This record gives sequence, C-alpha cells and structure tokens, in this order.
Amino acid sequence: MTLDDVIGELRSGMTIGIGGWGSRRKPMALVRALAASALSGLTIVSFGGPDVGLLVAAGKVRRLVTGFVSLDSIPLEPHFRRAREHALIELTELDEGMLHWGLLAAAHRLPFLPMRAGLGSDLLRVNRDLRTVRSPYGDGEEFVAVPAVPLDAAFVHMNRADAGGNGQYLGPDPYFDDLYCLAAQRAYLSCERIVPTADLLAAGPPQSLLINRAMVAGVVETPRGAHFTSCVPDYDRDEAFQARYAGSAGDPEAWRDFAAEFLSGTEADYQAAVARFTGASLPGRAGDGGTDGPRA
Amino acid sequence: MSRGEPTMAEICVVACAEAWRGDGAILASPMGVIPALGARLAQLTFEPELLLTDGEATLLAPAADGRDGVPDHGAPDHGASDGSAGDREAGDGLVTEGWLPFRQVFTLLAAGKRHVMMGASQLDRFGNQNISCIGDWARPKAQLLGARGAPGNTVNHPVSYWVPKHSRRVLVDRVDMVSGVGYDRAAGLTGRSGRFHELRRVVTNLAVLDFGGPDRSMRLRSCHPGVSVSDVADATGFLLAAPYQVPQTRLPTEAELALIRNRLDPQARRDRELAGR
Repeated sequence: MTLDDVIGELRSGMTIGIGGWGSRRKPMALVRALAASALSGLTIVSFGGPDVGLLVAAGKVRRLVTGFVSLDSIPLEPHFRRAREHALIELTELDEGMLHWGLLAAAHRLPFLPMRAGLGSDLLRVNRDLRTVRSPYGDGEEFVAVPAVPLDAAFVHMNRADAGGNGQYLGPDPYFDDLYCLAAQRAYLSCERIVPTADLLAAGPPQSLLINRAMVAGVVETPRGAHFTSCVPDYDRDEAFQARYAGSAGDPEAWRDFAAEFLSGTEADYQAAVARFTGASLPGRAGDGGTDGPRA
Repeated sequence: MSRGEPTMAEICVVACAEAWRGDGAILASPMGVIPALGARLAQLTFEPELLLTDGEATLLAPAADGRDGVPDHGAPDHGASDGSAGDREAGDGLVTEGWLPFRQVFTLLAAGKRHVMMGASQLDRFGNQNISCIGDWARPKAQLLGARGAPGNTVNHPVSYWVPKHSRRVLVDRVDMVSGVGYDRAAGLTGRSGRFHELRRVVTNLAVLDFGGPDRSMRLRSCHPGVSVSDVADATGFLLAAPYQVPQTRLPTEAELALIRNRLDPQARRDRELAGR
C-alpha cells in the first residue's frame, strides 16, 4: 500500500490508535499523511508524543485518550500543552497502566478489565464515565472497571516487515504495538524496510516478530518513517530536529514557518527538507543557514 | 580524592538512597538526577539486591569491578519508565542483567515489586500528589505531565517523593488534581482496596519527612545541616507534625562521598538539580 491508500480507507470521526511510546518508534509518516488529509473529528489513542502534537496542530483531534504526551527529552509536548490550556480538545486522561488495560480488554473483546490503578485518584472525578466493580469471589475488593478502548484503525511502525504484514521490531521495547493492532478493526503497519519473509530472521530472533499477518490490514514501506522519533537500531531520535519542532510549536508564527518548510508536501518532500535541515546543521557547516538549535 | 565537606546535593543523594534501605530485590524507579544517584548508591552499598533499569527496557547491575555511572538521560516522566538513565557509554561499568519492557514494568508494579521515587508539582499533608495540571482540569492554567503512572503506582507499591525546591508552592494545603493517592484518600477506599498503599519518604532540599504524623499526615523526620525546623515550617503550606527534638539528616560517609564524586557522578550533574535553590 501507499500512505495515500491507507488514508483513503479512513473516515472522519474515527477512533485511531497510534503505537510507539512518547517520542519512540512512532509511525510518523502515517501520522504526517493523516495530518495532511481532509479528515477531521478524530479520537486519537496514544502513549502520546509528536504524533499527538502534529495531529492537534493540524486540527484533526476532537478527543485524545492518553496517559501523557511527552517528547521524552522535552517533558511536555507543546501543541498538547497549548490545546489543553485553551480547551481545544476533549481529553480522557488515564493512568498509563489503565490505557494498557483498555487496549488489552479491546484486543480480548472484553467490555472492561478490573484494575487497582485509579482508585482514590481524581481520574475517577475527571472521567465521569469510569465505573468501579466489586470482586464476586468473597474478598469483596473493589476495582476500577477499565473500559475497553476499541479502535477503528491502528498505526504502528516496525523496523522490518514482509509484504504480508509480518512485522519485526529490533529495538529494546515492543511497547504495545501488538495490542493496538488487535484492538483495531483495521491495522496499518509501516516499516523501515519490506524484506522477503525468508530474510526476517536475518535481522533478529523469532521473538522479535511481534506482529503477524493475521493482525494487519496493510503494509507500507516508509524509510525513516518514524523520524524524528527514535527507531533504534536503524536510527536514534533526531534531537536537533525535535528541538526545532518544539521551539516552533510554542509560537504560531514560527509554527507556520515550520509547517511551510516541512509539512506542506509529500513524505518524500518532508524527508528532503529534513536532509537539508540536517546538512545545514552538521558541524563545520554551521552558517549555511537554516539551522536552529544544537546538534545532539 | 573525596576531601571536602559534603554539599547539599550529596546530602540529598544519601537521603534518597536511604528511602530504599531494606527493600531487597525489587525494582527501584527513581525520577530525577538526585534520586537516580541515590538508588545507584544504595545498590552499590547497603542495598545490593535492588534492580535498576537504564530508563528504557534494560536492567543494569554494577559490574563486579567496574567504574559505575548514572548515564545522562531525558527528563523524568513519573510513569512506568524511570528517570535513571538513557544512553549508555561503552565501558560504564554496568552489565545487563535483564529485560524489562513497559508491559513487564506494569506487571511488576501491580505485583508490588517496585518502589518508585516520583516528583511532585504539588504535594499535600497526606501525600496526595499532583503532576497533572494546575487550576481547573477542564481548562488548566498550566498543563503538566499528566497522571502518567502515579495513580497505579500509589495503590500498588511503596512510593516516595523527591522535591528539589521545598516551598509553599509545592507543599500545599490542597492539590488541584490528585494524581498520586495520599493516606486520607487511601483510608477512604472500600474494604481492603487500599492495602498496598504505602508512602515512605519525602526528601526535599531542606529536610526528610515521612507520614508518621496524626492520621498518617506528613511529619518532619530530619533537617539537613544548616536548616532549622522553622525554616522547614515556613516553606511548608500546611501544619507539619514534628517530634520535640528533630535530628539532623545523616551526612554521607567518606566511602559514599567517594562513590558519588568519583564513580557515579564525576560531572556533578547533581548540583544542577538544586541550582534553583
């Protein structure tokens, strides 16, 4: 599939889950395509990073379901901060573990899963539809009944995949990408490189094959498609570019410039603009212009 | 190599380390530079069984005869990931002893095998902690980190807090949003639901506190050198319980100072966390 093929299967108002964690292994090429689309009124489910920031900045998000929105090396995502402080989006604020549980419940086709997280906290005050449930087994203990978080669609990014949708992560953490896929009606997998099935084990052991083709509706090859988030071992987070992004996000005029430079074209245009930015930022070539922020 | 009086940052490192004393083989999750140094110090000295991660998914133990370090890391995030790390230098004296992706952190914390030291934007008398937002939740004056892992952490396993700037803005009468659960809220839970709730210590740049006051309210446990009881009371936005005689926070030993200065933090990143004082 192409990025446009994937976006063409989506509709306004859908609930879309985005894999990865913070500013780590985010399916950013798919997110950029979604941000550039005509879709609107989306509910986004994410352990949030710049995926949430870009979609909020593009006005695509009606409701966000999350435990946090962070750039990791920058604790708070600036578009998310602004959207909250101006009440531009609806928020379902959950404990991180609750979001895990909601995805697991959806993957298992259960209406809820019981959990201690949330008891005694104001999550039960700000999420008025959260309910508790009592154990039927004599101990009588009370739990939060974490509702399932079913998804219309999910985006995840893998290091490698085959054309059929068998996906492989090679970094330190699978995050919850398999659960996003199983919680979704249709899951779309982007990857650094599509390889023949027989070559998958050349890169990592069988247990690195996190996603199988029963879980996936479509595969897109998007080299550097997680940029500027980390996609180790293929590449680290681009801290210089992230600093540029975050610096621009605080100011409407700077953000217009950033969007014009990086977000006004196709994914290939984006990657070319990033290459120009990186070239201009390389040590020894400072002064070529266009550089913002220190190189990590 | 370790001559010289201990600095306040070093005293705080040791006070943080003390929070994990007696914990044994559980995951220590420190958020912030000084708590991370404290946890590594505890692991290297009196609490060798502690487990610590690199801030991502790898469990790291001190090499038998290595030069240790707490690698530079991203901002603390108070959730399932811990603030003890980031990228490792080759030859940092640490060896991989296990794998702990986020999904396993969630299971480990629900199993109670973890003691986290979180930060707090606001913390009240009973230990209710806010890291979500300031002002009305529906349209906050200031959006903060979000609840992250605080609700689950506080009802599942021991939690301590690190406050690098003890002030009435942080130690408040009432928090705007309860992210981490305090003793009054835990006591109000139905039946046995609060049985795993335990707040251990609050370490600040002025003092060490615990929850041994009336109705498990915050109590002054020790003042750091040069800090008086009234200094602490003045910087606290609620009535603080205190024993008749408040001891001084214990000073680092020579061996501890050597470990902090030469092995764990030769770049003195610990000083930056207290720079705003």
